[in-house]
Order: sequence, then C-alpha cells, then structure tokens
Amino acid sequence: MTAVSIQDLEIQFGAVKVLQNLNLDIASGEFIVLLGSSGCGKSTLLNSVAGLIDVHGGKIMIGNKDMTHAEPKDRGIGMVFQSYALYPQTTVEGNLTFGLRMAKLPKNEIERRVAKVSDMLQIKPYLKRRPSALSGGQRQRVAIGRALVRDADVYLFDEPLSNLDAKLRAELRVELKTLHEDIGKTMIYVTHDQVEAMTLATRIAVMQNGVIQQLASPEEIYNRPANLFVADFIGSPAMNFLSGTIVPQGERVEFKLKDGHALDVSPYPFARRPAAPMEAILGIRPEHLAISPREGLLPLDMVVNVIETMGADAVIWGTCGSQKISVRVNSELKLNPARGSTLKLGFSLGSASLFSQADGVRL
Amino acid sequence: MAQRQEKNIARIGVYAFLAIMAAFFLMPLYVMVATSLKTMDEVRGSSIFAFPLRPTLEAWKTAWSSACTGLTCSGVSVGFFNSLKIMIPSTFLSILLGAVTGYALSFWRPKGAGIIFAVLVVAAFIPYQVFIYPLVRVLSQVGLYNSLAGIIMVHVIFGLPVMVLMFRNYYAGLPRDLFSAARVDGGGFWDIFFRLMLPLSPPILIVAVILQSTHIWNDFLFGLVFAGSDNRPMTVLLNNIVNTTQGEKAYNVDMAATILTALVPLVIYLASGRWFVRGIAAGAVKG
Repeated sequence: MTAVSIQDLEIQFGAVKVLQNLNLDIASGEFIVLLGSSGCGKSTLLNSVAGLIDVHGGKIMIGNKDMTHAEPKDRGIGMVFQSYALYPQTTVEGNLTFGLRMAKLPKNEIERRVAKVSDMLQIKPYLKRRPSALSGGQRQRVAIGRALVRDADVYLFDEPLSNLDAKLRAELRVELKTLHEDIGKTMIYVTHDQVEAMTLATRIAVMQNGVIQQLASPEEIYNRPANLFVADFIGSPAMNFLSGTIVPQGERVEFKLKDGHALDVSPYPFARRPAAPMEAILGIRPEHLAISPREGLLPLDMVVNVIETMGADAVIWGTCGSQKISVRVNSELKLNPARGSTLKLGFSLGSASLFSQADGVRL
Repeated sequence: MAQRQEKNIARIGVYAFLAIMAAFFLMPLYVMVATSLKTMDEVRGSSIFAFPLRPTLEAWKTAWSSACTGLTCSGVSVGFFNSLKIMIPSTFLSILLGAVTGYALSFWRPKGAGIIFAVLVVAAFIPYQVFIYPLVRVLSQVGLYNSLAGIIMVHVIFGLPVMVLMFRNYYAGLPRDLFSAARVDGGGFWDIFFRLMLPLSPPILIVAVILQSTHIWNDFLFGLVFAGSDNRPMTVLLNNIVNTTQGEKAYNVDMAATILTALVPLVIYLASGRWFVRGIAAGAVKG
C-alpha cells in the first residue's frame, strides 16, 4: 500500500522553479530519507507534503486521498522541526497536548496518549517543565513526542538532529530507528548528513537541483550509485574518480587510464555496453582498494603523498598517474609508507563503477 | 597618584554636568508644582522660583472641580473621565487590530501583503492635518461626527500603522517553525493567534500599551475636532481653562490643571519605564 504518492509535483518561489515534475511513491511503513546539500529542494518537498507551502502543479496523495491543497491538520501527519519549535509559553505537557486540546479530544484520551508517548520517549520526569529549562536533546525528544501524540499515519522530520552535538545525534539516531521499528509508521526524513541517511533509511532519495538523482536502498546507493553526483556525495572520504577511455575490442573491453595504463574491464556488468571508444570515469571507493593485491584483482600503482590517521582507519592520499587517489586501510596494519614511495594496489571490478564522461550516468 | 587624581576630577566634572542637566529639565516641573501650591497673592508677590511659604491645595481643588472652561465651571474632572472613556477603548482596539494585522502579515502572508505593509508604513508618516477635513466629512456622513464612537474610531485608525509596524516586526522575529508546528497541530487563524502568538507577545504588548495610551491621552487636535462638546478630553478642557481669562489670570490654577492633565502619562512612564526600555530594545534587535 502506498502511504504517500507525489505525482508531477511542481513548486516555484517567484520565478524560480524549485521542484519540477517530481515523482515519488512511498510505501506504508517505509523510512524514506531525502538527502542532499542545502538548496537542493529536499525541505521544500517535505514542506509541500506537510501542506506548509503552496503547490503549483501536480498532486500529493496521502493514504490514497488527494491532499494537494488540504490544510496541514487534515493530512494525518506529524512533524518534527530542526529548531524544535516548541511552544515556549507552555510546559512540556502543554506542548504535547496543544494540538489535542484544539482538536477537542476527550480529556481521558489526551491523558492516555500523553502517558503512552512520554513513557516511550522517557520525558515523563519533565512534563511540568518549560522548554527553556530543557537541554537540546530533551527538547528534541519533546518535539518528537508532540508529533507522536497526534497518532498520525505519516511522520515528517526536517533535519531533526542537526542542532545537536555529535554524541547526542548518534544517540537519538539509534532511538529514532528503534522508534520506527516499534511503531512501524511511514516516515519521511530530510537531512544533509549521509550517515543519518545510511543508518536510518529503508530507501534514500538523493536530491540535487530539485531532481531526485537516485531512489534506492542505502546499500544500492553506496555500491551502485546511479551517476557521478550520487557517487561523489555518498561516502567519506569521497570515491576516487579516474578518468580515461573505454576501448571495446571484440569480446574484450579495456579501460585505458590517461597515463596509458590499461585495465581489462570485460567482466564489468555494463548496463549498456559501449560499441565505440568513449571517454569514461572509473569510480572506486577508498575502502575497496586493497593494499596487497591478490590474484584476480585489477592492479593500480599509487605514489604516496600523505597519511591521515583516523583511529580505526587511516587514509593514504597520493596520485595514480597524474590523478588524485585515496586508499582507506585498517590502522592495525600500521602502514607507514614513505612519501614518494609507490604502493601496489588492487581492486575488484564488482565493487567499482564506470560512468560516462559526457553525462555522468552509470554505464 | 596623579593619574587617579585626574580621574577623580574628570568624574566630578561628569557628575556636575549631569546634575546641571537634571536641574535644567526639572526646573519647569518645580516651578509648576511650587506655583500650584501658592495663593494668587503669593504668586504676584514673589519670584516664580520662590518656595511656597504657606502651601495650599486650594488651586488644585479649583482646577479639578470648579475652574471655568468657557461657560461651564466644573474644572478638568469632566475631561479626566472623558479622556479615560476615549483612551481605554481606543488603546485596546488599536492594539488588538494592530496585533492581528501584524500577525496575519508576517505569518499568513496573504497575496499583496507586501503592498499592504508598504502602504501602512507610508501612511504612518503622513501628517495628520492632511486627513482632518476629509475625515470630518466622512464621519458626519455616517453620523459619527461629534460622538464618542467617532473619536475612538479616529484614534484606532491613526494608531493602526504604527501598531501594525511594531507587531509585524515583533512576529517576524519569532521562528517561523513555531507557526508551522501550530498549523500541523491543527491551529486555524484565530487558534494560533490567541493560543500561541498572544501569549508570546507581552513584551511588545507592554510597549504598545504605553505608546498608545500616552499618545491618545496627550492628543489635543483629534479631541478638539472630533469628540464633540460632550466628550472633550482633558487636554481640550485644560486649554480652555488656561486660555479663558475672566479678570485676573489664575496661574496657580493653570499650573495645577496642567499637572493634573499630565499626571496619567507621567504615572504610566514611571511605572513602566523599565519594561518600556526593555520592549523597545527587544523590538530594535528583532525588527
């Protein structure tokens, strides 16, 4: 069953078209993350689902009902904001019950829901406190609680963890994931943080310039990025990109690096096998480069420039031919290659990606 | 040592300057209070700076209840109650309308909100005198000229631009997410205004009350033109007392009547000075 269906959505601010012909179907119980850098239209998309901005074209269906122009309160949604947006003039309890009181729910029903949600989020001890007397993490818990008491079918999150420090963010991330598994409701979550996206999502929609670049599971997005933008956006340190030429020779396909080094890429699962030589980009994640090449791996040489240690991992930066390249290795290997020395690397075609140089699309 | 001495001298200079300035601004008030406590004989016989030898409240009684304003001789007391009748509803209505309009302009942003706001800002700077004659015609057409409702309406209309300006800027300083959250929570236009925005508005409400009440109390022109003879505010009666002279000019009564008229704004300022500064500062930062 589809929980939310967005069809040919079009939104503009003045003369600027922020979203155009955007389509997105979200199944019931999914955790969809809209991921992108600022200005990519992800928050606009979320706000249009919430009914907080005007839609200029297309349709938004929530629970199989046309909600394109419905009031936010009639859409069956709950929403959590980056700035928490707690009502400062009232207590935590007042915040939780604000919407329920306006909807004129019976008193015992309000009490039941507040008790349930405050148990779930462990905010019972500060129900009588004002938001200003809470820490950031507590505030965001209350904000999540305020969305949950609405007993909605779809929950919307607008960068809810961005204002928190790294430790709290990690804690609340886990709590959100647990929460989603417990209540099983549909969630749409906007973030620019790829770690949040990778850990929370059942599917990620990577957005740029108002267009969904790829909509797929975190594994798919990580292992088989649909284009150069997605490949570059996901992963830290970023994927290595080596440009060169694909040369088909009968059954055999070769990838010739700029420095003339040729790799046999025949087994690569081409979506469309090139018939003529074409400019292409080979993408390999730093963690997919092996430092001690075994049989069956494609070889690459790297001239070492600098090493960054990051605790569990270390990243070695250098050049391959004239192109920049990085390798992620386990710190326990205690590698310390001298600057200017050459490392023999290897990689498996199964973990590599090839993109067309012309339009950046995966081959 | 020398340095410290220099500093002390500088400090003495600063305090001397401040003391002189304070005395300069307090002088008229002293003269008024002193004169109002004297009898006319003493006023005639001594310098205006002289301290009253036999202070008496006689002039105050006369000013309040029996000084002549033209043909009637019942002091400024009638004006005091008229001014209250004008000030309270005018202040309340202009603030309520200003708050609702400011709220609508900054959060609901109806089509043309920008133009409405621009017109209001411009209107706030047009001299009142320009409007008076047309307004007299309009009010007499609808039968509100020379009535309490008429003068209240005039005060509300002229107070609106500044009130809208203040409230719009105040609400523009509140996070928009708060409004969005309330909408998701099911709030309509009035729900959000009364349950969320108004409870968040005390700082700006206090400033608005002070501005409007003192401004309306101090008004002379509108009261003279629009209020009609039954509702003349205190300022108009004061003018009549001071300017109608039969025989000897009663300076002591004039002074007492003036102080009585100025008393309400004075009390408002003194009681709320702290809040006033705080509200203005808040408005300035957030505006």
